[in-house]
Amino acid sequence: MTENFAISLLAAAVQSGTPILYATLGEILCEKSGVLNLGVEGIMMIGALAGFMAAASTGSPLLGFLAGGACGALLAAVHGWVCLSFRGNQVVSGLALTILGSGLADYLGTPFVGRQAPGFDPFALPLLSRVPLLGDIFFNQDLLVYISYLIVPLMWIFLRNTRWGLSLRCAGENPDAAVANGISVTAYRWMGTLGGGFLGGLGGAYLSLAYTHLWSNGLSAGRGWIAVALVIFAFWRPERALMGAYLFGGVMAFQLRLQAAGTSIPSSILLMLPYALTIFVIVLASWRRPQSAMPTSLGVNVEPTE
Amino acid sequence: MKKLAVCLVSLMILSAGLAMAASQDFQVGFVYVSPVGNAGWSWAHDQGRLAVAKMPGVKTAYVEAVAEGQDAERVILNMARKGYNLIFTTSYGYMDPTLKVARKFPHTVFMHCSGFKTAKNMGNYFGRMYQARYLTGMVAGAMTKSRIIGYVAAFPIPEVIRGINAFTLGVQRMNPAAQVRVVWTKTWYDPATEKEAAKSLLDVGADVLTQHQDSPAVQEAAQEKGVYSIGYNSDMSKFAPQAHLVAAVWHWGPFYREMVTQVRRGTWKPKAYWYGLKKGIVDISPMAKTVPAAVQQKVMAVRQAISDGKLKIFAGPLSDQAGKVRLTAGQALTDKQLLGMTWFVKGVVGSTQ
Repeated sequence: MTENFAISLLAAAVQSGTPILYATLGEILCEKSGVLNLGVEGIMMIGALAGFMAAASTGSPLLGFLAGGACGALLAAVHGWVCLSFRGNQVVSGLALTILGSGLADYLGTPFVGRQAPGFDPFALPLLSRVPLLGDIFFNQDLLVYISYLIVPLMWIFLRNTRWGLSLRCAGENPDAAVANGISVTAYRWMGTLGGGFLGGLGGAYLSLAYTHLWSNGLSAGRGWIAVALVIFAFWRPERALMGAYLFGGVMAFQLRLQAAGTSIPSSILLMLPYALTIFVIVLASWRRPQSAMPTSLGVNVEPTE
Repeated sequence: MKKLAVCLVSLMILSAGLAMAASQDFQVGFVYVSPVGNAGWSWAHDQGRLAVAKMPGVKTAYVEAVAEGQDAERVILNMARKGYNLIFTTSYGYMDPTLKVARKFPHTVFMHCSGFKTAKNMGNYFGRMYQARYLTGMVAGAMTKSRIIGYVAAFPIPEVIRGINAFTLGVQRMNPAAQVRVVWTKTWYDPATEKEAAKSLLDVGADVLTQHQDSPAVQEAAQEKGVYSIGYNSDMSKFAPQAHLVAAVWHWGPFYREMVTQVRRGTWKPKAYWYGLKKGIVDISPMAKTVPAAVQQKVMAVRQAISDGKLKIFAGPLSDQAGKVRLTAGQALTDKQLLGMTWFVKGVVGSTQ
């Protein structure tokens, strides 16, 4: 019983952590290029809606998933336009994006409330799912979870070992040096912003296509903000984002399971747990490594280089 | 120039005439807290509106997805200004905005759902959903094998607690050893959280799930796991064709039509309307074929008894969760006690905090 409880809890942690993982990876990519995007919540909302609408109208969940990413990137392009083309304040633009995204999704999504669309269902990966313990936790999930497993190492390699990845990081760390080396800072920042928006949109689409097969207003329910916070917890590193997202997802699933198991702890206290943990972890993270991992020029606009 | 003036004047007369014709219709407005969609709380109210719209000489309109608070006041005020005769506001948080507007428009009748305030031209109304919950609890009690039933619930307020208690008493009527486990989500509508809560109940062995939530996510979870589910608000069988056994549903239509008739005749009174099964405001949806005929008959017999007033659900002997006797035989809870219920009956596992 306890073993089953632990396995199902951990499997639930992976599932409820996955949308946050996508969004966190997206924000890491964006911030690595030097652009702070606080509009993740809005991007996820739009991604969730676009994914659902596309899946409902084409009948293809995979197309829906991609549409979610594409529309997330489209909304992020607004942020890029404001901050990269006109050097507007990144904090203000990001906040505006959250409000715009949530409002737009509510408005456009109203006719889709309560409708059904095809989505992704869990399936066991051959061979891997037979590994004891790990198989039940990690390899009895849906396709989008498996894709997220691949994105983490790919992004890790991209940022560390590829020319594009290094240039993108340079744009975020030291734009002047980048310009001196003939790197187009604006181009790489666009890349980070759009790529980040795409991943954020995928995270949103996960909510409406795999987590549930429904669209509702306010579907992301604050998960975008948690992603922004987890970037700091992860020290801007993809592999730590994985840990953070699953930890957060785990605490969220844990409090519901604790209630189901019949605890007498008031549910209000339990519901605070994930958020209290977020604050605690960020304090701990910044205390141990004060800001050292943050891209030096994060949030600082640069003159467009042409 | 003269022609133009003639044109203008005739146009004015025409439009005034049109306005007169329009104002002869009895206008009824509805304010909803969520989008109508095709299931859930607001959808159920909108079915009621459609029933009203069929009445001769009555025109209806609605505004959906109106946030509680400032927005609501603006929307209600707008309806009152446009000359609506009767306005239904269908969410608890609309209570004070409705009252505020009602004071400004003494000739318009306002009806607020699920609150407790009244004024000279404002009444409130609700349904005894707990009666339908009791019946669905009977179905759950008859169908469970693990004797664990999961209840995904929104907020620990009297309305929800009352429903859980009535459901549990219904379960125990058929299956005295069964328990009802409650998980609070603290949201009326968040499919992702609702589904996760449902899964957590499945993991502790629940084989029938029910909900006091507005999305069908709980039904979806039951369907995927291959266990049974019981719907709320409206018949949710289309979301979980195999899992869905029965649903506790709202039928606002007859009540709304009655109110419209009363206001038109001038017999309407500003009071609290709390109707139940007898008036048909709450009921259960048709039961699935998986529910044995004997159980169906028993449920329908109890439904009749409640409707006839022969069976009181919250009657003694009744103990609370901790085993403390709350009612001795022969006693029953009053409406006032029901409206303020904050404790669980015996058999519920969970906390009301």
